[in-house]
Amino acid sequence: MATISAAPTPATVPVAIPLRQILPWAAFGAVLAVVLLYFVGTEQGITSVVSGETVHEFVHDGRHLLGFPCH
Amino acid sequence: MLSARTLLIRGMVVGAIAGVVAYLFATLFGEGPISDAIAFEEAHAAALPAGEHEHEVVSRTVQSTIGLATASIIYGIALGGLYGIAVAIAAGRVGRLSARATAGLVALGGFVGVALVPFLKYPANPPATGNPDTLQQRTGLYFLMIVIGVAAVLGAVLVGRSLQPRLGTWNASTVALVGAAVLVGAILYVLPAVNEVPDGFSPILLWRFRLASLGTQAVTWATLGLLFGYLTERSQRRQPVPAVQPVAA
Ligand SMILES: [Zn+2]
Repeated sequence: MATISAAPTPATVPVAIPLRQILPWAAFGAVLAVVLLYFVGTEQGITSVVSGETVHEFVHDGRHLLGFPCH
Repeated sequence: MLSARTLLIRGMVVGAIAGVVAYLFATLFGEGPISDAIAFEEAHAAALPAGEHEHEVVSRTVQSTIGLATASIIYGIALGGLYGIAVAIAAGRVGRLSARATAGLVALGGFVGVALVPFLKYPANPPATGNPDTLQQRTGLYFLMIVIGVAAVLGAVLVGRSLQPRLGTWNASTVALVGAAVLVGAILYVLPAVNEVPDGFSPILLWRFRLASLGTQAVTWATLGLLFGYLTERSQRRQPVPAVQPVAA
């Protein structure tokens, strides 16, 4: 903690990360995000992975408040 | 140097925290309107030819507490991961911005593209205001709107960046943003409207709910942008962190 309290260094422009290096992590993050957003956003009776409407009903208020279409 | 892996993980961690903040905001401002909307629904459900009125699979108490918290946090983690990747791509490529400023700007762009633009055409609706038969179609339109919003933001950044050498930063940004706004406006005009709010539903309640919804998303993005930027700047200051290479090179 004590070491951080030094005077702020002038903001530097970061070196761009090569896109090829980002790609695998981007793919991983995107797949994960789709799965998670499906769970919150669209998991529903008809097209559900988990049987029934339990998941749909469990995250129901979040779905409405986060803007996803519902009932 | 920044690493994509670190930024992805940081995005998801900060996203989880943003989800907690969003949950608190939603509890404070969103649950009231939701309860009122459900009360409206129940008051009018009796009048319907009693088919199979949905029996409660999950209690209202669970939905409004753990359920809401789970949804907000999962949403935060998902967005946070994507956001971290977006920062990884944008850092050092957009103007001469520091990592922290880039993080803030990406969050602003994320809010506009993912939340604000879709909201302008298909704003969030409280319970009891949507027709179950059109859910599929409404979901499709909503995700289409998110794609359009994100594409508009990306397009504005790319166009602005390419115009910058000739027009300078301010003029290039203005041209790019006005162009994107006009394009989005035209699309909003063309896409079909969805208005299924039943007669007798309080407009005040609708307004309160929609404001709470937009606020919940604004809080999510604000937490992401500010906290992520702070943490990134802090990690840069104790510089000699070796850049971790992804395994699959
Ligand atoms: Zn609903």
